[in-house]
Amino acid sequence: MSLKAVHLVFVSLLTLLAFGCAVWAFADGRVFFGACGIVAGLLVILYGIYFLKKLKKVSYL
Amino acid sequence: MDIPYTVEARPDTGVYNAKVGIWLFLSSEVMLFGALFSAYVLIRVGTPAGEWPHGWQNLTLGTLNTVVLALSAITTLMAWVACKIRQFGKFQFFHGCTLLLGLTFLCIKMVEYHQHLNHYEIHLTDGRIADGDMLQNNPKQDYVVIKGRYAAYEEDLYDLRAQKNLKETEIKIPRSQIKDMQSYGPWHNDYLALYFTLTGLHALHILGGSIVIGYLWGPGRRLWKTDPERFTNRVEVSGLFWHFVDLVWIFLFPVLYLT
Repeated sequence: MSLKAVHLVFVSLLTLLAFGCAVWAFADGRVFFGACGIVAGLLVILYGIYFLKKLKKVSYL
Repeated sequence: MDIPYTVEARPDTGVYNAKVGIWLFLSSEVMLFGALFSAYVLIRVGTPAGEWPHGWQNLTLGTLNTVVLALSAITTLMAWVACKIRQFGKFQFFHGCTLLLGLTFLCIKMVEYHQHLNHYEIHLTDGRIADGDMLQNNPKQDYVVIKGRYAAYEEDLYDLRAQKNLKETEIKIPRSQIKDMQSYGPWHNDYLALYFTLTGLHALHILGGSIVIGYLWGPGRRLWKTDPERFTNRVEVSGLFWHFVDLVWIFLFPVLYLT
């Protein structure tokens, strides 16, 4: 498993964390923190797509 | 003597030897942190209702540290990619950024530790509890000054999230009225013991990773001139360790800061 594969796992979990934080924050009444969580989650998804395109030729092994 | 399979893949494993080594090491790390997470779950489940602390962490600093580590994971990957496309200047830039971000994480963590260790719970002779940040604690003076509040029962101190807009004032307490006082260190309760153990061990890993990254960025870079392929593999191995440490934080952050 190469760094590329591990980074993909990391980006996926980071996306979950960002959206999870947003849900937690809205439930706790922290609107600004929740909004930041959603924005961060979307940014991480965009970064994930960018990084996968950029490293297309690098092996997952 | 040449070490075999530092660059080319070993036929039976399909990868170079250092990668096998780091994965074996990381599997032992999973067991270490897994055991500590299990301890956290068991102790938390066994705590009577209403006695588990909530809102004791500085969410702003915790979030900032999450962002710092996320950025450092990206710069680690970029450093490895820069090596792969043979752009050593870019590698130096990105690995330098990773090192700085790792050290930033440690500095923020130290600020958090200082906040905990400077926060005191003071039991008074009249039965009340004073709780807050220590402002003055000079042994030569017959009083201490904290910025905090009074609580009637210890249970009132557990759930800070439910008690929003708490008013904190400067309180001067004569030493003659103090029955006992204790800072919010790992000795304070189970929650803080787990917090300091988990985050302390994690911070040690960040420190270790920073030393390795610093070595590759500094004296270890000589290998690039003689064997760039092997150097790239070293950068990948350090990146795998760094990602593991980042992944641990992704689990630590919600467990310790949000729940």
